[in-house]
Amino acid sequence: MTGEPMVKAEGVHKSYGAAHILRGIDLEVRNGEVFCLVGPSGSGKSTFLRCINHLERIDAGRLSVDGHLVGYRQKGDKLYELKDSEVALQRRDIGMVFQRFNLFPHMTALGNVMEAPIQVKGESKAVARERAERLLDRVGLRDKTGNYPSQLSGGQQQRVAIARALAMEPKLMLFDEPTSALDPELVGDVLDVMRDLAESGMTMVVVTHEMGFAREVGDSLVFMDGGVVVESGNPRDVLGNPQHDRTKAFLSKVL
Amino acid sequence: MTDKIHKDPAAAPAGSDPAGSTPYEAIKAVPVRHYGRWVSAVVVVVLLGWLVYAFSQGNVIWDTVWDKVFDPSIISGLWNTILISVASMALGLVLGVLFAVMRLSKNPVTGAVAWLYIWFFRGTPVYVQLLVWFNLSLIFQYIDLGPIYKNETVDVMTPFMVALLGLGLNEGAYMAEIVRAGIQSVDEGQTEAAHALGMSQTKTMGRIVLPQAMRVIVPPTGNEFINMLKTSSLVSAVQYTELLRASSNIGSTAGAVMEMLFVASIWYLALTSVFSVGQYYLERRFSRGSTRNLPPTPWQRVKANLTTFKRSAVSG
Repeated sequence: MTGEPMVKAEGVHKSYGAAHILRGIDLEVRNGEVFCLVGPSGSGKSTFLRCINHLERIDAGRLSVDGHLVGYRQKGDKLYELKDSEVALQRRDIGMVFQRFNLFPHMTALGNVMEAPIQVKGESKAVARERAERLLDRVGLRDKTGNYPSQLSGGQQQRVAIARALAMEPKLMLFDEPTSALDPELVGDVLDVMRDLAESGMTMVVVTHEMGFAREVGDSLVFMDGGVVVESGNPRDVLGNPQHDRTKAFLSKVL
Repeated sequence: MTDKIHKDPAAAPAGSDPAGSTPYEAIKAVPVRHYGRWVSAVVVVVLLGWLVYAFSQGNVIWDTVWDKVFDPSIISGLWNTILISVASMALGLVLGVLFAVMRLSKNPVTGAVAWLYIWFFRGTPVYVQLLVWFNLSLIFQYIDLGPIYKNETVDVMTPFMVALLGLGLNEGAYMAEIVRAGIQSVDEGQTEAAHALGMSQTKTMGRIVLPQAMRVIVPPTGNEFINMLKTSSLVSAVQYTELLRASSNIGSTAGAVMEMLFVASIWYLALTSVFSVGQYYLERRFSRGSTRNLPPTPWQRVKANLTTFKRSAVSG
């Protein structure tokens, strides 16, 4: 696909106190592609993902989603911080899936998926329920709609979390190590759902350690280390024939 | 640990396992003898008996106590105690949630206001606060809300209003700290997930965080309420006729001071007992799902202890 990139980062920096986590990230995520971020822990890949929906604010550079700056409005050459309500408006269109699921434990699977459309978009219960049932069916949990998160396995919880994010009909989905907290035998179910989502044309940014998934489903891949992009390109090229020593060293350990 | 082995001698016999595991023979051992339990039980019973005897021989007319327990003015005072406790607790809860949210807000002004409120109402005795509300007309002679409302402060400040404001605002400061602890106990990932879905701060607090904070908030709130039942006796000082004031009114006219204090104590014990039991089961309910093994109910414990006594009696 051509045209405006879905995510565009130019010289993005982020520090926590003295720790300089992101040291100038430049990248573009094209519309409709599966974009994988890999790298050792502490390399800044999760932090960068959280900057995309403004869960973290960036200290320098420019970061935009679908042509709009994240968390700011530009007038002339001046930047204005967005109000909380305006940030919330931006986040509606960006779904996020967390490593630790973060399902709402006091609501059923169905309640989790219905919550945001009703509370944020003011949808009617009937409409929200109909879509929630369809989405839970799509992730293979048709018979678990009435279960609370504590009654579901990790893999099932993560699939509910994906359905919850999709219920807002986002144009971009962010995945923050979605399978890292799962038992190995449950990883496959979640990856299947993500593969299905990728085939439907969803733009996805995926932080992952699943090199097999990146190779098979990914359209682009970026290897990060120490807060910078070390190497990027087609996943099969980068994973199969890494150019940098740092990439080679990392891949030799995880592959 | 020998206790454990002897607990269910019936469960041990060979072949009783439906799964059909290898049969085994239960250990037969002499249980540990708990002589200390017997000695301490006897000491406690003797002391209690002596105490009861002392009170029965004292200058107390017990018939008066039993006569007055259901006296109409006592019952009316009892209802007033319940009324003011429930109303003050309700006010305290609302204020507590409000000030807890304000204290945690990013807005420095609301944060400072909440801090100041908690600092003042937690830092001064509730008795002093009651007296200040009682004498409010010395400072504000009129309550004047422009065109909407105007009245003399003495007319507005009925004993009930004084008691409600005094107890309620004080309780609000304590509840604010309890609610704050509850809110802070909820995992940050919950807020992040709600924000990532585009939910506003208010919706996130009301729909996601507070409902989960309840598990931490409910137990100490029950405690606060039982405390409130007793603290409400202080409002007798501001002319509100609750249980203690109703009792001492009779006490001073009938010359039965001690008797009427017993009447009041009987009712306070009855009230706190009823609400303690309620609180206990409420807590059990809220800890469901978070603790794997619920602690035994008091009745289950009594039964368990009786059997240990019986057992040592048999073998000892």
